[in-house]
Amino acid sequence: MANLSATPANPAITPELIAKHGLSPEEYDKVLSILGREPSFEELGVFSVMWSEHCSYKNSRPELRKFPTTGPSVLVKAGEENAGVIDIGDGWAVAFKIESHNHPSAVEPFQGAATGVGGIIRDIFTMGARPVFLMDSLRFGSIDGDSEQAKTNRRLFAGVVAGIAHYGNCIGLPTIAGEVYFDDSYNGNPLVNAFCLGVLRHEQIARGAAKGVGNPVFYVGAETGRDGLAGAAFASRELTEESKADRPAVQVGDPFREKLLLEACLELLATDAVAGIQDMGAAGLTCSTCETASRGGTGVEIDIQLVPQRAKGQTPYEVLLSESQERMLVIVNKGKEEIVKRIFEKWDLPYAEIGTVTDDGMMRVRNGSDVVVEIPARSLADDGPLYYREAAPFTPPAPLDLSTVPQVDPVEALPRLLAHPSIASKRWVWRQYDHMVRTGTAVLPGSDAAVFIVREANKILAAATDCNAIYCRLDPKQGARIAVAEAARNLACSGAVPIGVTDNLNFGNPHKPENFYQLRAAVEGISEGCRAFDVPVTGGNVSLYNESPVGSIDPTPTISMVGRIDDAAHITTQAFKEAGDLLFLLGEIGNELGGSHYVLAIHGRKEGAPPALDFDKEIALHQTLLGLIRKGLVRSAHDCAEGGLAVALAESCFGTSLGAAVDFGATTERPDVILFNETQGRIVISVKPSQSSALEAELAKGGVSFRQIGAVTGGSDLTITTGKDVYSWPVAELNGVFEQAIPSLMEG
Amino acid sequence: MRCAVIQFPGSNCDTDCQAALNSFPGVEAHIVWHKETSLKGYDAIVLPGGFSYGDYLRCGSIARFSPIMAAVRHAASTGVLVLGICNGFQILCEAGLLPGTLMRNRGLLFRCEHQYLRVENTETPFTSAFSKGAVLDLPIAHGEGSYFADPETLRELNANDQVLLRYSDASGNLTAEANPNGSLENIAGICSHGRNVFGLMPHPERVCDAMLGGTDGRSLFQSMIDSFEKAES
Repeated sequence: MANLSATPANPAITPELIAKHGLSPEEYDKVLSILGREPSFEELGVFSVMWSEHCSYKNSRPELRKFPTTGPSVLVKAGEENAGVIDIGDGWAVAFKIESHNHPSAVEPFQGAATGVGGIIRDIFTMGARPVFLMDSLRFGSIDGDSEQAKTNRRLFAGVVAGIAHYGNCIGLPTIAGEVYFDDSYNGNPLVNAFCLGVLRHEQIARGAAKGVGNPVFYVGAETGRDGLAGAAFASRELTEESKADRPAVQVGDPFREKLLLEACLELLATDAVAGIQDMGAAGLTCSTCETASRGGTGVEIDIQLVPQRAKGQTPYEVLLSESQERMLVIVNKGKEEIVKRIFEKWDLPYAEIGTVTDDGMMRVRNGSDVVVEIPARSLADDGPLYYREAAPFTPPAPLDLSTVPQVDPVEALPRLLAHPSIASKRWVWRQYDHMVRTGTAVLPGSDAAVFIVREANKILAAATDCNAIYCRLDPKQGARIAVAEAARNLACSGAVPIGVTDNLNFGNPHKPENFYQLRAAVEGISEGCRAFDVPVTGGNVSLYNESPVGSIDPTPTISMVGRIDDAAHITTQAFKEAGDLLFLLGEIGNELGGSHYVLAIHGRKEGAPPALDFDKEIALHQTLLGLIRKGLVRSAHDCAEGGLAVALAESCFGTSLGAAVDFGATTERPDVILFNETQGRIVISVKPSQSSALEAELAKGGVSFRQIGAVTGGSDLTITTGKDVYSWPVAELNGVFEQAIPSLMEG
Repeated sequence: MRCAVIQFPGSNCDTDCQAALNSFPGVEAHIVWHKETSLKGYDAIVLPGGFSYGDYLRCGSIARFSPIMAAVRHAASTGVLVLGICNGFQILCEAGLLPGTLMRNRGLLFRCEHQYLRVENTETPFTSAFSKGAVLDLPIAHGEGSYFADPETLRELNANDQVLLRYSDASGNLTAEANPNGSLENIAGICSHGRNVFGLMPHPERVCDAMLGGTDGRSLFQSMIDSFEKAES
């Protein structure tokens, strides 16, 4: 597709041109039968992008139907609009969604990531919501070492973080949480998933439907240029050595323009001028016109010549398929055009009336007096092809044979784990993001979940994003179940109850049956988890074809979960608070090392079966913890994830530079198993000594297994005893390793 | 005290400043669009942080041509308090209301974090509620906050006690490590010769509520209120 802009304005429709557009011969036959004639060049382009996986979900839609999407708090369901909307009480609601920008970030990390952030922000304010915070889930190949690959990965990592910072900081939205993992399965194909949440009043929910025959259709925002030509189709192919030639398919972002567009649109939506509104994201003008028409049960007719354009001499094909950023389509109630003009002139933004809503159900595009596209809108948006791909049979992974895992002295292993870039402090990343603008960030990045106070609504929200892709690679369904449980556990540790999930399904080429199995199993795992916790999936994104010349990525179904905290007094963080506080472990000490970061980081193996997960136990654990928090008994709470108990304890020491003395008691297990296993359903809490009997009484009622494991100390060491073995580390030394790991790799 | 918070295209701390100011009894803060031309009736003016005009060309260099800036200049000349925070500081420098300039951070990366600062002069309308030498914890969030001025300007700033805040460590030492952006002499905030115009890179409005991790910013706004009330009485 890269060279299409060099194609003559009206080329003949040949099998080669059809193939270049990514349409299969069967899909082209469908085009012929819908139109009853040969498509124009422009129409071919329109079908190509609208029927790409990115826009149509043709490979994943049957699977996505498995998600639980309803619930008493759901105001706008997944798939209905640009983002789902959830009630948070007192007439307030939140709109949130995560979306990938993986392929653009692979070829142009800065702009790819920046426009990923810009795109998801538009999805939120299109709903009528004021965006209030961002999160990101990122994956890169290893950044350690002198290899060309590691250098490339460092460049991608630095570029992506700078791109997110550029866009989010400028537009003035805090990036308050996220996750970053490094693994060679992402070599050449990094993952960049951006999340945005906005707040709105129930009555402010805006719809992306072209309502009202005869209503004028306005184009507002930045002029259309040649950037991002057919990016949606580009995103729906595998990355190859030639992908660099696709750089024109990456858009260029202008966060300043988007800030103006955001303010202007929210000002406009507060009037009675808007009948429908839709952002121009993937597939730009094409997608926004046919989707609004399809949703409205109407048609839309526009004239390309009226579209504000940045470059001279663009063909209708280019204008239709451009993915220039910071543009919106607004269906205006007839007679209210002056309001649009007044507001967009105030904000110095281009606007133009480019067409009207019609009653014939057609997406019709004129180039002056010539009709260049005439397609039934519904056939593009809703009647695209649908594939039921073949899933390979799944062989459960063999359990880890511990006898093949040599014991490494925990004194040496813990600092090595803390220095593993996936576990190490991500301060280098979030220090580049303005995470405090909008003055609502009550818990800064680095704790289990970020906590944000939405002043205008007087509500406290928490958000976390999670996915352990190693578990997902070993057992996709189990990995996805754990991702949901971990996100919920992170929220519980911050004092929050989950209210909704948005997911980003990142997988390889679905034509490969093993990849399709991963997609299907992950969706089933997420569905199971969301049903267990009774949280609806409010929408999300599917990114397939995440392949590099060396193979598919590890399956990465990222879970972003949003929760609500009822009272500011319930906000809880992972850092220990005071020497003398007693430490309790909720859950089991555990012994599962399969798929653990200990086995990965210390032994270089991705092996074994991921840990077991019991949703009933998990739910009891979260509810018990929340009960304790509400009674004011919990001073700190931290979930045990990658690196197990030892890493969790060390991280809790770091926040306030306190020490801890912990004893796991008599055991027959190896010390490395005790310290680094990743058994699920475990939370370490600290409690005031004077409240420990009240705590124990509550815990006994909750039916959750627990034990007192030690105390926070004023000393400078973390000391862990297991059986007869005693291990000790200076906290400052561990903290240094934890904090310095990423800066020293990135800055040398 | 009626306070105007100027909204430039790209301002993004405007409503944060408004909320922080309105949390003080007796203060009424309004957002004023940059295309306005009058600031009559306002007792204090805040130029908030953000990315006015996208920071294109140079931070603050386009905003200084905004229609409202003539009114800001006029107000400053009549002794009205003018506070520029972060991008607001950059605009004040570009507008010539404060000397010197703010350059790209040493290390080139945007930095957002809590930062210690030492109060250098408490005899100003912006710092009177602090004790001299007090160490504050205020967040910074900028990519271009490295203060620079020629030697002559620096000498004058120091001679006139116009440097109000310097980056320090927790004990108030002005070390190189405590300097987050390479500013000359750890300078974080300066005032005008007449003391009524103050620009600083850190964000006092972000630490006006204990729920958000601190209240060290309150004394700055309190100083402004005290100064206004003293002038009124």
